[in-house]
Amino acid sequence: MDAAEQQLAELAKAGYEAGFVSNIESETVPPGLDESVIRYISARKNEPEFMLEWRLEAYQKWLAMEEPDWAHLKYTKIDYQSISYFSAPKSAADAPKSLDEVDPELLRVYEKLGIPLEEQKMLAGVAVDAVFDSVSVATTFRKQLAEAGVIFCSISEAMREHPELIKKYLGTVVPQTDNFFAALNAAVFTDGTFVYIPENTRCPMELSTYFRINERNTGQFERTLIIADKGSYVSYLEGCTAPQRDENQLHAAVVELIALEDAYIKYSTVQNWYPGDENGKGGIYNFVTKRGVCAGDRSRISWTQVETGSSITWKYPSCVLKGDDSIGEFYSVAVTRGAQQADTGTKMFHIGKNTTSTIVSKGISADRGQNAYRGLVRMNKGAENGRNHTQCDSLLIGDKCGAHTFPYIEVANPTAKVEHEATTSKIGEDQLFYCRQRGLSEEDAVSMIVNGFCKEVFNELPMEFAVEARKLLAISLEGAVG
Amino acid sequence: MEHLLSIKDLHASINGKEILKGFSLDMKAGEVHAIMGPNGSGKSTLSKVLAGREEYEVTSGTVIYKGENLLEMSPEERAHQGIFMAFQYPVELPGVNNTYFMQASLNAIRKARGEPELNSLNFMKLVRTKLKALEMDENLLKRSVNTGFSGGEMKRNEILQMTLLEPTLSILDETDSGLDIDALKMVSKGVNSLRSPERSMLVITHYQRLLDYIQPDYVHVLSGGRIIRSGDKSLALELEEKGYGWLQQEAAA
Repeated sequence: MDAAEQQLAELAKAGYEAGFVSNIESETVPPGLDESVIRYISARKNEPEFMLEWRLEAYQKWLAMEEPDWAHLKYTKIDYQSISYFSAPKSAADAPKSLDEVDPELLRVYEKLGIPLEEQKMLAGVAVDAVFDSVSVATTFRKQLAEAGVIFCSISEAMREHPELIKKYLGTVVPQTDNFFAALNAAVFTDGTFVYIPENTRCPMELSTYFRINERNTGQFERTLIIADKGSYVSYLEGCTAPQRDENQLHAAVVELIALEDAYIKYSTVQNWYPGDENGKGGIYNFVTKRGVCAGDRSRISWTQVETGSSITWKYPSCVLKGDDSIGEFYSVAVTRGAQQADTGTKMFHIGKNTTSTIVSKGISADRGQNAYRGLVRMNKGAENGRNHTQCDSLLIGDKCGAHTFPYIEVANPTAKVEHEATTSKIGEDQLFYCRQRGLSEEDAVSMIVNGFCKEVFNELPMEFAVEARKLLAISLEGAVG
Repeated sequence: MEHLLSIKDLHASINGKEILKGFSLDMKAGEVHAIMGPNGSGKSTLSKVLAGREEYEVTSGTVIYKGENLLEMSPEERAHQGIFMAFQYPVELPGVNNTYFMQASLNAIRKARGEPELNSLNFMKLVRTKLKALEMDENLLKRSVNTGFSGGEMKRNEILQMTLLEPTLSILDETDSGLDIDALKMVSKGVNSLRSPERSMLVITHYQRLLDYIQPDYVHVLSGGRIIRSGDKSLALELEEKGYGWLQQEAAA
């Protein structure tokens, strides 16, 4: 089969998949959670038996767990029995028929971000027949990846096609019982992403879920597993700068990263879920567990996140530095405005010798936004010459918002060094006036000051993402001053 | 000849306290006016009101610039119209690259005037020429705006921006304060390089010293929120000799 034929075959297959999806549309599970729902999900996904057992075990443990309340967040209690745990993709009948039916505010943002029309439709959830362009793009990329030996597929597919890898790694970084939300995810997750980079392979492109057409509608319980084998490298991009339409209020995702000897995983996120109206009503609750283990010597895991959406963000991408000379990094920008609340940060567990971690956290609060940094740096007994540097900066816009810092430092090895620097500043009238005296509009001035504040984090983002993130930040903070 | 700037009976206050109490001044294109006065006389208030700082409330009086009501313009509109203020205390913008800031500033002004924007390459050429003329270190271009700058570096950076933007009306707000003699000479050189029949300057200073380098056409003494005496360069020398006291007493009498 030549390339063109193969592409056609792939297209045909994609068409079939879409057909399959529309078949199950009518089979939405009624709200509520019990064992039968989990059995149903597992069966629908044709999972191997061991997965069902794994899910049921998680469910049993989850039942005995309590929802954590230590975060600096206020929200109405979630009724877990009112959620439908297998929501089929949104039926075309409910979706807007054209962009005319979409919230004009959303369209204005798309416009500002310079998103092409076809993509706008996709993001806004407009019913489109087929997006052939992205299908063919995805096909080409898949071929290139296959040639490099990279596995990049949905996690359901991986369970069927690569059960040995799933069995070996799933739940090894974030165990089923890790926390309340992770346990819930383990029990009911419906899909997500699986990546495996073989030994000594540099992934030929930046991996983005954007190119995975079957990624759409993975729903509220997503699970990602990335394994970088010895000496490999991968850069993974998650999310999208454009605000995405989503009907599910609770998001409880789990991401696990495993870096073996000399491997490097760079994981970048731009999160811009719906933040709700000015009182936070209707906004997404984002309770995410992300953790990576630097399992091998000289391995490295780098988390970069730009969090501007959701009404509640609860998220601590962490690194377990097991291998000697391994490196963990966390670069974060979190923006809260309106009634948004974020409790985010990281944990760095230093276990191996000569391990290094860097934390750079930039919190921006405007309006009534509340932003908390929560971080743990632990130097275990064996973490000879462990090093950590933490820089934690908060920027306030206006006088009704808040910034909070909760750093935890635990050192059990006398040779370890831990540094923590923190600053809080306010965008001053002086700064704005200075910029405006030089001819810049107030909007451009705010954008410039905020981007300057976030520079160290944006420098870590892949080029294209960084440009978008800058624009996003400017839009997120539009009208925040004055 | 019509005035470039005409201020009539200006009253301005901050937090309900009146600072300018009937200030009047006319400036023609090409003229350099020095405003001198003791602390608290309203010098800084005057510069901020002219630049459009919103905290200052203008309660009465008029300011006509290029035939238009200046008080109705936003700070950025005033900048687009060629008003530049060299700050007494320039503001730090951490993480904002100095070159990027100056390019954004110049292009915002060019754009507002319907002129084509300068690309980075051409801007770099331009800024290097100006930098050289001011004998400034190129290192300054790579740093964040005013962040960690010494007092002298900040003031030179203000003058660098001024020579880049080539304003019609420059307001120098105590630019000489905190400068050593070498820096003072350099700053003055930059300011003098801009003197032309089209450009005017309002030099606000506490000391006569600066006026040795930037020769004014007129010197005004500000006290209690209004001008109590105007003269030429010799007035500044007289002030240095006698202080402000005799004038204030005269004005009160």
